[in-house]
Amino acid sequence: MNLTLKVWRQDGPSDQGRMVTYEVKDVSPDMSFLEMLDVLNERLILEGGDPVAFDHDCREGICGMCGMVINGVAHGEQRATTTCQLHMRHFKDGDTVTIEPWRAAPFPVVKDLVVDRSAFDRIIQAGGFISVPAGSAPDAHAIPVKKDDADSAFDAATCIGCGACVAACPNGSASLFTAAKITHLGLLPQGQPERDKRAKAMVDQMDLEGFGGCTNTGECTAVCPKGIPLSTIAQMNRDYLKSK
Amino acid sequence: MIRNVDAVTATIERGAATAPVASHEQPRPPTAARNHKGGFFRSSNGKKVVMAVTGAVMVLYLIAHMAGNLKIFFGAADFNEYAAFLREIGHPLVPHRTVLTLVEVVLSVSVVLHMWSAVSLARRAAKARPVKYAARPKSQASGYAVKTMRYGGVIILLFIIWHLLDLTFAAVNPAGPNGEPYQRMVEGFAPGRWPVTLFYVVALLLVGLHLRHGLWSAFQTLGLAGGRRERPVKLAAAGLSALLVLGFLSVPLSITIGLVK
Amino acid sequence: MTHTVGEPIRDTKTPEGPIEERWSKRRFSAKLVNPANKRKLHVIVVGTGLAGGSAAATLGELGYKVTSFCYQDSPRRAHSIAAQGGINAAKNYRGDGDSIYRLFYDTVKGGDFRARESNVYRLAEVSVNIIDQAVAQGVPFAREYGGLLDTRSFGGAQVSRTFYARGQTGQQLLLGAYQALERQIAAGTVTMHARHEMLDLIVSDGRARGVVVRDMVTGEIETHLADAVVLATGGYGNVFFLSTNAKGCNTTAIWRAHQRGAYFGNPCYTQIHPTCIPVSGEYQSKLTLMSESLRNDGRVWVPVKAGDTREPGDIPEAERDYYLERIYPAFGNLVPRDIASRAAKNVCDEGRGVGPGGLGVYLDFADAIARLGRDAVEKKYGNLFEMYERITGEDPYSRPMRIYPAVHYTMGGLWVDYDLQSTIPGLFVVGEANFSDHGANRLGASALMQGLADGYFVLPTTLGDYLAGGPYGEVDQEAVAEAENGVRNKIQKLLSVNGTRTADSYHRELGKLMWDYCGMERTEESLRKALARIPELRAEFWQNVKVSGQAEELNQALERAGRVADFFDLAELMCIDALHRSESCGGHFRAESQDADGEALRDDEDFAYVAAWEYRPEGGPVLHREDLKYEYVKMTQRSYK
Repeated sequence: MNLTLKVWRQDGPSDQGRMVTYEVKDVSPDMSFLEMLDVLNERLILEGGDPVAFDHDCREGICGMCGMVINGVAHGEQRATTTCQLHMRHFKDGDTVTIEPWRAAPFPVVKDLVVDRSAFDRIIQAGGFISVPAGSAPDAHAIPVKKDDADSAFDAATCIGCGACVAACPNGSASLFTAAKITHLGLLPQGQPERDKRAKAMVDQMDLEGFGGCTNTGECTAVCPKGIPLSTIAQMNRDYLKSK
Repeated sequence: MIRNVDAVTATIERGAATAPVASHEQPRPPTAARNHKGGFFRSSNGKKVVMAVTGAVMVLYLIAHMAGNLKIFFGAADFNEYAAFLREIGHPLVPHRTVLTLVEVVLSVSVVLHMWSAVSLARRAAKARPVKYAARPKSQASGYAVKTMRYGGVIILLFIIWHLLDLTFAAVNPAGPNGEPYQRMVEGFAPGRWPVTLFYVVALLLVGLHLRHGLWSAFQTLGLAGGRRERPVKLAAAGLSALLVLGFLSVPLSITIGLVK
Repeated sequence: MTHTVGEPIRDTKTPEGPIEERWSKRRFSAKLVNPANKRKLHVIVVGTGLAGGSAAATLGELGYKVTSFCYQDSPRRAHSIAAQGGINAAKNYRGDGDSIYRLFYDTVKGGDFRARESNVYRLAEVSVNIIDQAVAQGVPFAREYGGLLDTRSFGGAQVSRTFYARGQTGQQLLLGAYQALERQIAAGTVTMHARHEMLDLIVSDGRARGVVVRDMVTGEIETHLADAVVLATGGYGNVFFLSTNAKGCNTTAIWRAHQRGAYFGNPCYTQIHPTCIPVSGEYQSKLTLMSESLRNDGRVWVPVKAGDTREPGDIPEAERDYYLERIYPAFGNLVPRDIASRAAKNVCDEGRGVGPGGLGVYLDFADAIARLGRDAVEKKYGNLFEMYERITGEDPYSRPMRIYPAVHYTMGGLWVDYDLQSTIPGLFVVGEANFSDHGANRLGASALMQGLADGYFVLPTTLGDYLAGGPYGEVDQEAVAEAENGVRNKIQKLLSVNGTRTADSYHRELGKLMWDYCGMERTEESLRKALARIPELRAEFWQNVKVSGQAEELNQALERAGRVADFFDLAELMCIDALHRSESCGGHFRAESQDADGEALRDDEDFAYVAAWEYRPEGGPVLHREDLKYEYVKMTQRSYK
């Protein structure tokens, strides 16, 4: 199939940026979205142009490095899918596809579709951990954990930190990302001692980074490749209130 | 144990070495969130809590208000008596109109705080996305109500102002300030004033949408929704919103079509 | 002559005595660093996967001054995150006869007697602590209704010792290490540089003293110096272009260290994973693994007849060949990876493969769904089935999956002693980047175990012993300038060729060549062909590659070209190693060396050694043998019949 791509091009953080149109021909339906961009980039390099910079690494939907807003939807319209796992069979011959970077002030564009998501790391730094030095841990069976709690903690812990939640949120909020970690650790007995402190510190850091506030629109969970539920945000709110 | 907390400087520490450093450490955004004393009301979560609590106050008021309105179906005497009673709640323990004034003060404060939090969250959101998407973002979440919150809120505010001028202060009511409450209602929604009634209907539908999202949202914000409670809370929010809208709409519509005269 | 033979090499750090006491002895004999001195000692850790992340976090916690690098935008993205199946530990929570000794035994045997016994024993010993550590960190392992940890048996093990977190064990363990690392970053003990790629190692007075890195955003070349350098840069499976590795995985860091004097151990030991999603077309950029745990319930088959193009559902039972169950009745679908992979290759070579190009076999869940119900299967494998459906567009609940082997892991890596120190003093290598614990074949669920064992428990002790001799004084300025200039020159050279082919197209060609000639099955002939072709292709690359853009900017074409250039050199060494090792063992299958059943035939007489290669710019590499002695596990021919 043949496609028209409208791609955001921006040379660097201080460049204005613009949409550039490319035609790509003979796209196979079995290609992944990124493979389609690879083909475009090969051509751009040979033509002496500048290939489209985009982040990607594992290409199997788990590292969280890739991410673009495709036709106005973070990671594209297929649900529960990262950009790297989106395949071209979901597009039609002759389609025009708009490709943009995550848009949020705390995610400044580095180049083209590459953004700086280090704000997420700093939110984790604020408290997204359990303090335990290596070598001193009690036996793993010392504290049983209810299966339901372990399963719910796991569901929250599957967050890949891609930032689609922020990209999709009309408020540019990082609540789902932050809540996923607070919920994951808050549901486990090991996470209890630092629970209140963690919720407060992480939410405060999220604000400090300049993310918007949550208005419970649900856009985040709808585009989340791992389907992190909105209930994590309720949990975060509860913990945050308790920490006060 | 000594924690190594050397301040992060602009140069890269290089062990015992002295070779020239090519350093371009970006100044990091502050990481001292743990000591951040921004205060509850300045945090995005705090603002949301303000919105949720003030919203809840207004919903409680709306329930009482609707129950009172329905008295109109019992006739003019009942309705007027009820209206008079509102001014006398707590009397003679407290002076005339004390409780009503208190309610009015609480409501006014709630409205102001509710708006303050909405405006400041909206401003925060605008700052968080300075560059908009070229492709019109397609909503992936279900729920039309969500999208009406901000502009709907503004329309509801305008409606409330009109509503107060119309039925509370009767400044724009045909029965005038001296009319009995029942009379104000009947004349206010008389068939000839259908544009007013239409405005009421539209505004009340918006109130319904606002509540449908707002009620659930309040539970979510206060950490009371989530998990197994998610569905029941959502259903209850939708149910209560519908009930309130129907209850409120029944009065002006009944007057307009002549059921209540 | 492809190479020359040098002096044998020996691991001098393993203590004498009974194997179960060696690690305790080493821990006691390792010198300690006074807490007050620790922060004056600077360690560079390159890579933030399970090994690097856990190492940097632990060293930071101990109080050393740590600088950490990764090429991704966040340390959380290292490719350990993609490990699906699980992590082994000799907890014996099931009481099914597991023990440290048995895990040790299985791993040595699984590695086809090409790993160092002492290292493997230590790995098994430490495995127990890893689970405790991970649980304490909040890793949400799967649990049973009683609240205790669930385990499963995995790839070739007859005991249930694999702990898992659905199909995302690597992710959960890595996030645990990442969180510990971020905690240290917040505490100021670790300075993190994401989007930085190591391009050279600085060796001064014979010691590893720093790295030259490129800031991938600005293109700036930076030098960072320290008292010791730890490489945790993962494996080199991407030499094959198509592999289950992340796109960014590369050999540059360890290759540069190799060129600076670190010996390279067993480069030819490559693991081909049997359950990957087959290639669908020319544009394919990577291969996706389906967890091996699928083989617990899925049955592998191909049509009996060659060239049978019927839909799988139309092929009756009698015309299906469940070849693993047929050939290996004792282990059936659970035979080790190398065996399962080669069996798949064999049936495809016979023309019985399925799917595009006949390069695939079925992995069928119909029986499991009938036996356990769809819900139970979905609970166990739901996310893997979804992933398969997303990539292929086929529904594995109603149609058997198609799978094919793909390059997955490299057992080879920089040679290290018992202390994980390479032949360059002060250069430590952990995780997949070293050669140490898996011998010629890695068992399932052992990579996560090794990475974390190295990072959390082994390295912090052994590195302390080295650092106790520091600080190591000033670094030779000439060594720094030489390394920096070398890096700059290479970048300029790549940018100035301005030819007609992209780096990726060369990489693809190199990968195909390696897969065909140095892949699942190797022969003297194929390897000689590869050795003739690689230098030609490399020469062409340096004359005809086209790299767009500038050095001083985010330039992904340049990043790739630099990595491909190093893959050429590594590929050559892999082929030399594969050629010289004329036996078959584990993942290294030389067609000339097989038994009557077509199984790998070891030659313990001549090859019971680690091949540690020394780099020479001219005249081919030098082979140093480290003889392997098996005092505890008797060397036997592996048999999974």
